[in-house]
Amino acid sequence: MPLLEVNNLEVCFGLRSGAVKALRDVSFTLERGERLGVVGESGAGKSVLGFSIINLLSRPGQISSGSVHFEGNDLASLAPGELRSIRGNRISMIFQDPMMTLNPVLTIGVQMVECLLAHRKISKADAKRISLKKLQQVQIPSPEKRLDQYPHELSGGMRQRIVIAIGLLLDPDIIIADEPTTALDVTIQAEIMDLMLNLCEQNNVALILITHDLGVVSQVTQRMLVMYAGRIIEQGPTKEVINDAQHPYTQGLMNALPQMAIPGQKLNQIKGTMPPLQRIPKGCSFNPRCEYVMDVCKQKLPSFTESGNCQVACHMVAESKQDKLLVKEV
Amino acid sequence: MIAFFVKRFFQAVVVMFVISLISFSIQDNLGDPLRELVGQAVSEEERQALREEMGLNDPFLVQYVRFAKKAVQGDLGDSYFFKKPAFEVIMKKLPATLELVFGATIIIILFSVPIGVYSAINPQSWFSKTVMGLSIVGISIPVFLTAIGLIYLFAIELNWLPSYGRGETSNVMGFWETGLLSADGLKHLILPSFTLASIMLPLFIRLIRAEMMEVLQSEYVKFAWAKGISPRRIYFVHALKNTMLPVITVGGVQIGTMVAYTILTETVFQWPGMGFLFLEAVNRVDTPLIVAYLIVVGAIFVVTNTLVDLIYGLVNPTVNLAGKK
Repeated sequence: MPLLEVNNLEVCFGLRSGAVKALRDVSFTLERGERLGVVGESGAGKSVLGFSIINLLSRPGQISSGSVHFEGNDLASLAPGELRSIRGNRISMIFQDPMMTLNPVLTIGVQMVECLLAHRKISKADAKRISLKKLQQVQIPSPEKRLDQYPHELSGGMRQRIVIAIGLLLDPDIIIADEPTTALDVTIQAEIMDLMLNLCEQNNVALILITHDLGVVSQVTQRMLVMYAGRIIEQGPTKEVINDAQHPYTQGLMNALPQMAIPGQKLNQIKGTMPPLQRIPKGCSFNPRCEYVMDVCKQKLPSFTESGNCQVACHMVAESKQDKLLVKEV
Repeated sequence: MIAFFVKRFFQAVVVMFVISLISFSIQDNLGDPLRELVGQAVSEEERQALREEMGLNDPFLVQYVRFAKKAVQGDLGDSYFFKKPAFEVIMKKLPATLELVFGATIIIILFSVPIGVYSAINPQSWFSKTVMGLSIVGISIPVFLTAIGLIYLFAIELNWLPSYGRGETSNVMGFWETGLLSADGLKHLILPSFTLASIMLPLFIRLIRAEMMEVLQSEYVKFAWAKGISPRRIYFVHALKNTMLPVITVGGVQIGTMVAYTILTETVFQWPGMGFLFLEAVNRVDTPLIVAYLIVVGAIFVVTNTLVDLIYGLVNPTVNLAGKK
């Protein structure tokens, strides 16, 4: 049984202009200790997916259907009290901008200790001791000093290390990291990513890494999901998806990488932009931008086709598979 | 810390200088103090002689320098009406006013924080919507109308509370007449305090609500939810502390403003404080008393704002008053 099983998850934002579906029919699984990458352009629903796993969507967002199974519970319908005992304890989150994530008027020590005390019946002194141990694990310089410091006394990189330490405090099963390195400068990015990879491997923690950095995904994760306009359009082992992308959108993403361009030429772009969630086209939501668009793409939503170890939601891929099968039969 | 106080002291000196200059310069335009000072029977020659003697005919700057020289020694001139040092007269009335402001402040804190926080957490509830509606009404009603309404209801119709005066007072430390130590004194304080609080209360409820709603949207509050800590701790430790920072700043200025609003409240309730005294002084063209009042109120403003900055520094760790490393 997988550690986390998301089935047909749908997230709705009830706006004045009507309900907008930010996630549609999202299903995937996560095994213990597995590292899963979630990629897609801005607005594809990556962050919403991250937050909906622990049912922490900001109003007016809410899970409208589907389930998130974790250790026999459905997090999508769990009572607030029980949900709270899972958040930060079994599943923890790391946010994008470490400058905004820590409360500016509370010391690092207070913000770490409160998390431990909320989930475990231990003394304050023990909580402090554990906090210190975790600070050492994230390789922060002079950790003893940090507990009494306020966030504004620390640099961005140090703050993100502290956020990671808070995420690891209760030895969770899953860490959801929502673009954990986007707000940091490039040299620090690599350090933090290495640190997260090592800590997850050492502690056998599953990682859901939400990012639009394909380089990071290929280095860190074992499996990846590609999202477009609130849907998963391709998923599979990271190596296969990266080396042999099937979906035209994933191919476009790969071609857009700077190293794919001919020196001196413009970078390859996917033409057009992602449609706003209120006006998703009929059929395959990628069809207006797709180079290989066919009639069926404008009519019918593609279902997943198995391709190698990957699943791809594309009519073209489905047809080519069908053709191959026919050829074999003949 | 010392540097902070030295800086503050020099700022205060400048502020007090400006206040004294302005308040002193208006005294020429308030009317003739001699009309109140001497009777109808006194002839014009005698009046002129008296003016000369009092130095009222001297150029403005000469008069101001003479006043300022005495003022730095604590002598703000004698009240024409009371024939006593104006400063002394004011200081005798100061406790009544400060106790009124204190009462109103307590009421504001007791009501605005819980109501503001509740309506920020539950912005859609009927209670929050009612409070928001009422607060608009509250801001729009003038103080004297609130006062008369309260008197009518609680003093005349229900006969629960006294409608005027301070009631029984007792002397503490030799100079402070307090009404806070007896039940009768406290009873007399209730209506005036609520009246004075009624101006600021809606403002504070709205301010706390708006700040709190903003803080609740912040990333660090969202992160606190993601840590799985209790809602009570999130609201009252994580959110409230950040909410109070701007509220403290505004609050300090508003407490100073309330001292000025006491003029109306004290008049309606016959409260024997500085504001009531000031109004009488204006009617009597008692210029030294008017000047003394303005200077004392200015000093209260300076002191409260300094205190507020100190408190702000204690609550907000990013402000470093002490200059420590």
